[in-house]
Parts: sequence; structure tokens; C-alpha cells
Amino acid sequence: MKDVELKMLERAKALLESGEVARVIGWKKGEFIYDPAPASFETVDELKDFVYNWFCGANLSKYLIQASKKEGKTAVFLKPCDTYSFNQLVKEHRVKRENIHVIAVECLGKFDVAKIKAQGVSSIVDVEVQNKEVKVKSFGGETVLNKPEILLTKCETCQKTHQVKDEEIILHDRPERDVNRFAEVEKLEAMTPDERFAFWREQLQKCIRCNACRNVCPACSCVKCVFDNPASGIAAKANDDKFEEQLFHIIRAFHVAGRCTDCGECSRVCPQNIPLHLLNRKFIKDIDGLYGEYQAGETDEGKTPLTSYTENDIEPTDAVNGEAK
Amino acid sequence: MQDVTTEKKEFTPNIVAFCCNWCSYAGADLAGSSRLSYPANVKIIRVPCSCRVNPTFVLKAFQQGADGVILCGCHPGDCHYVTGNYYTRRRMALLFNFLNYMGIEKERTRVEWVSAAEGQKFSAVMNDFVKTVTELGENKRLTDLRVKEGE
Amino acid sequence: MQRIGVFICWCGSNIAATVDVKKVAETIKNEPGVVYSENYQYMCSENGQQLIKQAIKEHNLTGIVVGACSPRMHEATFRKAAEEAGLNPYMVEIANIREHCSWIHKDMDEATEKAVILVRTAIAKVKLNAPLQAGESPVIKRALVIGGGIAGIQAALDIADAGFEVDIVEKNATIGGRMAQLDKTFPTLDCSACILTPKMVDCAQHEKIDILSYSEVEEVKGFVGNFNVKIRRKARYVDETKCTGCKICMEKCPSKKGLNTFNMGLNPRPAIHIPFAQAIPNVAVIDPEQCIKLKTGKCGICQKFCGVGAIDYEQKDTFIDREYGAIVVATGFKPIALDNFNEYGYSDNKDVITSLELERLMNAAGPTDGVLLRPSDGKHPKVITFIQCVGSRDTSGCGKPYCSKICCMYTAKHAMLIREKYPDTEVHVFYIDVRTPGKNYDEFYRRAVEQYGVDYIKGMVGKVYNENGKLMVQGSNLIDNEQITIESDLVVLATAIEPEPSVRKVATLLTASIDTNNFLTESHAKLRPVESPTAGVYLAGVCQGPKDIPETVSQASACAAKVIGLLAKDKLKTNPCVAMADENMCNGCSQCANVCAYGAITYVEKEFRLGGGKTEVRRVASVNPAVCQGCGACTVTCPSGAMDLKGFSSKQIMSEVEAICKM
Repeated sequence: MKDVELKMLERAKALLESGEVARVIGWKKGEFIYDPAPASFETVDELKDFVYNWFCGANLSKYLIQASKKEGKTAVFLKPCDTYSFNQLVKEHRVKRENIHVIAVECLGKFDVAKIKAQGVSSIVDVEVQNKEVKVKSFGGETVLNKPEILLTKCETCQKTHQVKDEEIILHDRPERDVNRFAEVEKLEAMTPDERFAFWREQLQKCIRCNACRNVCPACSCVKCVFDNPASGIAAKANDDKFEEQLFHIIRAFHVAGRCTDCGECSRVCPQNIPLHLLNRKFIKDIDGLYGEYQAGETDEGKTPLTSYTENDIEPTDAVNGEAK
Repeated sequence: MQDVTTEKKEFTPNIVAFCCNWCSYAGADLAGSSRLSYPANVKIIRVPCSCRVNPTFVLKAFQQGADGVILCGCHPGDCHYVTGNYYTRRRMALLFNFLNYMGIEKERTRVEWVSAAEGQKFSAVMNDFVKTVTELGENKRLTDLRVKEGE
Repeated sequence: MQRIGVFICWCGSNIAATVDVKKVAETIKNEPGVVYSENYQYMCSENGQQLIKQAIKEHNLTGIVVGACSPRMHEATFRKAAEEAGLNPYMVEIANIREHCSWIHKDMDEATEKAVILVRTAIAKVKLNAPLQAGESPVIKRALVIGGGIAGIQAALDIADAGFEVDIVEKNATIGGRMAQLDKTFPTLDCSACILTPKMVDCAQHEKIDILSYSEVEEVKGFVGNFNVKIRRKARYVDETKCTGCKICMEKCPSKKGLNTFNMGLNPRPAIHIPFAQAIPNVAVIDPEQCIKLKTGKCGICQKFCGVGAIDYEQKDTFIDREYGAIVVATGFKPIALDNFNEYGYSDNKDVITSLELERLMNAAGPTDGVLLRPSDGKHPKVITFIQCVGSRDTSGCGKPYCSKICCMYTAKHAMLIREKYPDTEVHVFYIDVRTPGKNYDEFYRRAVEQYGVDYIKGMVGKVYNENGKLMVQGSNLIDNEQITIESDLVVLATAIEPEPSVRKVATLLTASIDTNNFLTESHAKLRPVESPTAGVYLAGVCQGPKDIPETVSQASACAAKVIGLLAKDKLKTNPCVAMADENMCNGCSQCANVCAYGAITYVEKEFRLGGGKTEVRRVASVNPAVCQGCGACTVTCPSGAMDLKGFSSKQIMSEVEAICKM
């Protein structure tokens, strides 16, 4: 990982020095190794805080909405999963492609610090990864953990590849993975409606409406959110009832249906650990099953499944009763 | 199936029906002029096309206490606006599936294609839908999914 | 402050017998915002309307709700009444308490309770109504006809006769289209050229018609009443204004081996040519692929011999921009390619021909001067076998699933003409079904069988193969339940027809929808069969579906009537209940345009103030109210809710939902 970071830093410096780009979007060191944060670097000097490590899970594509409006080009480091969001944003005219220089960077999965802590390791100082073995160094000493167990949820089932790049920094091959990202959804589908309702009620009642999911979501790229739009009839301010409060997650999931790239950021940032990605994945699974496989963000053009149709699409009644649950 | 009549006395569900102006609303008019009755708890909202129905309208109805929501539009291929109902069909197939996934009984939602000539069908559809929803009983789920009030 | 008036109609006893109208009016009086509530026997009557008008004036009403019959019945009546009383007509809502209440319920209490809810729902909506103005847009009094076949010619003549300017854009060097290639026409057997060419001449001589031959539509902007069209005038290398059509160039041209496309490639033609004797315009055109001068720079013989100096090897494509109020699409058809039908041996045997090729072989102006001779050896064929439904009604994927509609009749025509002219010829026809609906059509077909002794065989042909110079047609005879082989001299394939491929480009330019077979879609299959869903665009001829000449001409005239009706107006009133994007909310994401069936949504870059003296340029949706039909598909697709529909806004519908649910 250190070698990748070094290469990235090298490129960032060169691009800024040559004036090819006006800024580089990457990750900045936090207080600890496990809390790097997305940041924009405009000078070589600022790059002293640049970091790329096992905890850089954040998807940087959404920062490009603002960056691409600024003068000069912006270079950005995108992991495979981030490139889908990038394409989707270009497709929806939210990011100007010509203003962005995409550097595709390797990703062998990112870690969830909460999962490490849950294994009893705190005060993490460094991690060293060898295949599936992760040596976590902390003040308490060194602990060896199993890599799949400490990956971010979104990385557990990730099979994504870079969809867009102007250049790439890839030093290590990613191991092949064969996982079913819909396994959790299928588990829920197999339950009775009562069980499902109980599950979701338990999950969603944890929600504190902090809006972190909406703020991080690259598909939630609206100039102004529908929940803040009084004309939509669903904004909280427009109603004395609790409509928005209570149905926020359903509306949000439908709004990003056909546009969600399954980047998993919603679940990653949820402070209440609500498995929000299971809402979006249900739509993805149904779209795949009912209308043919579709991966949002695979390209930066074309219609989404909800803005297209065929004359022989399945009837809603058959859809709920039938094959694609 | 439980005998709902003994358990809940005279539960009459509240049904919201969205009807497109050109086919289904006219079909409902025909049901009226043909005196084909259906329960009074079905209330119709006129929309230009079924594709005008935003999923938020459906959710709003449930959250406000509707026990069933039905959308009616022109038959696919006959849409007054050429393609509107094709989009309706996809949107609602996904929405209903999703609500079912959240634990909201799938029988509470329905899309039916009713032409302006199908007064008979309109009445039959409404009778059947009311019967189905009556058997399910009151809908409480969408009003308190996040359990902010009570419980 | 809103001041709502409510008017409950008895409709005689139609409503009053099941709904306690007085109780409804009384109950509604207590609704917030309602300042007036009344009931009356017949609201739609003169007196009823008077009552409404008076109340509007006396009580300064800002909106009214009429509890009456279906809005489909009298919404327009009450809107007009409101307007006459000085209230915006779109501040009127109807509660349908007849069709949706009194007529379907028997219990008075139940029906009354529902009527109250329906009226409350309408009140909830009307409170959020906004006054709307029907827009106006001017009409450019000129029509464009795309395609100069019989459909385009007929439409142009009818429109021009009504006094409007018409341009015909034809991609070929002459107008006339497919009909010009036909020999005789069913069911009367009159000569095609004899009835078509006078119409072509009429077009050329009509002072209101401008024929733009050898031209194609390149770009279409605008909307009904106001189309801006860019037309490419392809270089024909001959000055149209100078050429007299003397044909000396054709005689002298040394490059004579091009395929005569007008004769379906059955004989050669020179590089410079006039497509056929009666071409309109009667002006030569040079095929640049064939012309020695254009290919090598050496030759120039035609220029030398042209007496009027019309030849111009330097000519380039030019573009003209014209404005139109209406557009007629009449792009016609072509026979399908037979690549998928090797079983009939079309590409291997010169004497297996298509029906259109037969038309040319029988035509007096055709390659054989009207004498039926086999292409292979120029001999008279003695046994001729016709095969119907070649590529029609084919669900295998090789051909077309639809019936091409004209083949049964023209095959009967061909068979009859051959038997008439060459009584010693044996004629067989393989068919799946013979379909002859139409005036004098079945009689025509029966004549072929009964009078002319044409041998009709029900069954499909398995293959056609060459054996010792004879074409062996192997098929089944389903009536006698046997396999038969007919030794033939000539085989004619009744080839399926398909829309002229250029229609795809035209459809895209016009945002006119097209079906899976590339036929243009009409607005309503039964009631608006000549209108495209795109306002101001009309469909004539086979581009909309297979049809014969009488049907095509009828449709063309129907198109013309529609166009004349449109162009006769000075201004178009537009439906004000259209979509509108709130630019402050719009992301410019293009989702809305993706679902718009009318191409009403475009995007513009707009500058927005951000505060602090800063500005930002953003892409935002812009709805053309003259094109939008008000379906609302875009409103649901819009992620931010920036797109809303006037008259059926999200807030209005939400408030109706609320009113219904809060019982």
C-alpha cells in the first residue's frame, strides 16, 4: 500500500507542478491512521498531508460536482467502485468530464475500523496486510485478524472494475472474488411480510435523520433535494404531519433506483449502522430480474431502466406475485 | 383466512384510486352511467395520465391512512400520451415489489388497465380490490415505519 | 385570503335522489375558506350558470367547486361561466358526485357522506390552483411534405389547392415514387403512369408548390406552427434552371454501364441520366460513382455537348433553411432485401424475380419495352410461378411479422395480365391465404381464377432450384395434401414491403415515434390515424403502415385536411396545463427529456446569481408549452421535484390524497 501511495503522491506533485491541473482530490491524513478524510490539494506544499491507506473508503466522485465548476482541471483518484458514480454524474450532466483528470487507483478492499474495534483491538497505529492476514499494530501490541472479516460492508461483495481512467496506478492484482451481493436481499425476501416489516422497523427506527446517507450519496446530486422542495409536497416544512419523517428512506431509495451504482457509501457513513444498501440493492435486483441486467454508471450515456420500457414489460401484479420477488 | 367480520366489526377500508383522464376516469364514468355499483369507500383522483402518479402520492395515501391504493390507466399501447403508461408499469412494478419487501402486503397495491369502454371492468376491479383489502384489514404499517410515535 | 364558492347540482333527481344535496351544501359551508355554498336543480342550465356568475361577483370568489356530473361532461361549461364572471377559468374544480357517487350508490347516507368527501377533496385542490393562461403561438402558413410519391403528391396538391404554400422534399432526382414504377393498377387495370404523371405535372405547374428534388431534410427545430427545417440540396452536377431535358448528354455519355435503378437494375443506364421519360423535374443528374469526369477528371463530354451549359462538375451540396407550420411525412416503402430467403434462389437465378421487377418487365417503358421476356435468355416464359408472402407474415425473424397487404392483389393482377397478353402461358400462384378486402377486390381476384384460369395453390414453397435450365418450384398443396414440384420458366416473388429506411432519420429529426417494424406510429390507431403524436406532424402512405394506392391517397387527402385546418389558423391556443421546471431546483440531468414522448424538453445553459456578487452557469430544463401535452411523465422522473405539472401539481394531488384519507 505504501508503494501505491508513493506513486500517487508523485503523480499529484507532477500534475500540480506542471500546472496541468489546478487541484487534486484525494485523501488527507486524519488524527489517526483510520480516519483519513477526502480533501482537495491545490499546492505541492499541501500534499504533505496526502494519504492513501486501507481506510480510504470514501467515494470521491461527488466532490467533483463542485470541483468541475471551478477554473482549471481537477485531478481525482478513483477506486473501481467510485468510477461508476463518476460516470453516472457525467451522464446526468452534474460533472463536466472535460474538466476532470481521472487517475484510477488500485483497491484491494478497504477496512471498517468499527469491525476491527469490535474484535477487541483499539488504539490502532498501523496495519500490515499479507493476503488474507492483517497484522494490526496497536498500543496494546500486535493482533492478527482475518481480512474478509474487517472489510467495509460495501467491499465484501465488490466485483467492480475501473470504468473510466485517464491514467492508472495499479501495482497489485486484486484477487478474484465470487460472491453474491444479493444474498442478504434474498434472505429478507424469503421472510414473511410480518418478519420483513419487523426487520425494517427495527432498523429504521434507529434513524436519527442526520441526512448523512443523503449527503454522501453520489446519486443524491440534486441542486436542491426534493425533501427541501416545498412544491414537491413531501418537504417536512410543507406538512404538519410526519410524512417525510416516516417515509424518508423509501422515497430516497426510489429516487435513486436505476441510478444507484451500489457504491455502498450510505451504509458506510450511517452512524446508526442501518443497512441502507439493502434498500437500494432490492431495486437493483428487481431491475436486473425484471428488465435485464443493468449496472448504473457502467457508461456515461444512455437511458436508465426507469426512463425506458418495452412493450412487453411485466405487469406490476405479476411482478409482485411472480418470478422476481 | 381469518373471519374478519367477527374480529373487527364492519371494517370498511379506505381506498384511493388514481385514474387517468382519458381511459380509466372515463371508464369510471361509464360504470356510473351504467349504474354498476362498487363500494363508496373508493375515492377517485383524476390525473392526466397514470404516469403522473408519483410514488410519493402512493406513499402519502398509505401514510395518511389509506388501506389500499390502486392506479388505473389506459391499456399498454393505448396510452393517450403514447408511452406514459409504459413508464407507470415499470415504476409501479418496482415500487410495489419494494413495498412488499418492506413488509407492506402486496395486495394493498394494484395497477389495472381500464379503457373508457370498460365500465364493467372498472366496477368489477373496484369490488374485487375492496374485498381483498377488507380481508387484509386496516393498514398501519406505513404510518409508523420508523416508530416515532407511540409504541 | 381564499374565498371559495361551492355549487352543488341536483342534476334533477340524478344526484338528488341518492345524495342529500342540501345537507352537502350545508356541511361544506363550515369548511375553512368556503364563503359561499349553494345547491340548485340544474347547475349547467342557463339559470344555474347565472347563479354561479352572480355568486362569483357578489362574493368576490377566488375559486369555485361545482359538485355535479363528470368533468368530462361540463368542466368546459363551468370554466366558461367563471371566465364570463371575471374569474380565471382554471380556478374551477369539479367534484364528480354523479357518475362517481349518486349513480353507483343506493344508500343515501353513504352517498351523501361520500359526496361531502369528494367536494372537500375538490376544495383542497382548488385552494392550490393557480390562474392559468392558455398560451398562443403564431402559425407559419407553409407546409413541408417529405417524400414525393403518390402520398406526398396528393397531400401537396390538396394543401396547395387550399391556398397554402407547400414544399415537396424528395430524395430522388424525380418525384413519382414507387407508383411511377408500376405498370398497371388494381382493380381497374388502368395504366399507372397515365394516372400518376398528370398529377406530377400538376405539382410542377402549381404556383404554390415548390419541388425540391434530390434533397433531404437535415435538421428540424421548433414545434407545431413553427418548424425550422434545414434541407440539403444534393449536388446533381446539372444546373436545374438551365437543363431542358433534351437528353443529348445521355446519348453521348461514354459511361453507360450503370444500373438503371428505376428499372430495378434490369438494364444499364448512362452516368448522366434522367430517371425516366416523364420525370419531374425533367432534369438530368450525374451519378458521381459512375461518372468518368468526376472520378478521374478526364472526359467532360456531356459538358461539351450540352447546348445550354447546364453541366457543372464543381457543384456542391447546398443547404437551405425554410420555416413551416406543418409537416407531412410520406416517405414510402421499399421491397425487403431477400438475403434471408436463400430457399427461393433469388440471388442464384436470374429468372427468379421480385414483383416490382416484373412490373418493369411488363411496362411499355421498361427494359423490354413491355414484352415479357426472361432476364436470363430473353425468351418468352411459358410457365410462370408466383410465390406469395415472401417475407410477410413471417414470425421466424427472417422476414416481417405483418401482412404487406398489397401482394395478394398485385399478384392477381400480374397473373391476370399475363394470361390476358400471353394466353398460352401457364400461371401458378402459391398462397397461404388470399386477402382481398376492398371495393371490387374480391371480384377482381375471382376473375383471375374463374375467367383467366390462374392456378391458385394453397401451400408454401419449400425451395426453388435450377435443374437443366428449368426452375423447379417445390411446394406443398395443402388442399390435396401432397408435395408438388412445378417446372417453371420464371418465378415471381411477392416480396414483403418495409418502410423506406430513411424514415428512421426523419423520425428522429421530428421526434416522431416509430414501432418495432419501423412504421411511424399514429397518435391514435382509430381516431387519429393520420396524426403523429408529435403535434404538427402528419403521416401519409406506407410510412405509417402497409396500404395500397387508394388507401394512400385517402390518407394523404386526410393529412391535407388536417394541415389545412392547422394552417387556416393565425394562432394556436396551447393547453396551459403543461409541465414547467423550477430552474432553481433543476439539475439539468436529462431524465425528463428521456421520457418525453413529444420532445418538448430541451436544455439551456443559464446564469444564476449565487449571492455575494457571484454567478453560476447551470444547465436547466426548458419545456416548450406549445409542444408539451401535459401527461406528467417528466414530473415523476425528476429527482429533485423541479418539474411540476400546472393544473395537476404535486401539491394539488397530495392535498387531494390528504382530503380523501383524513375522513
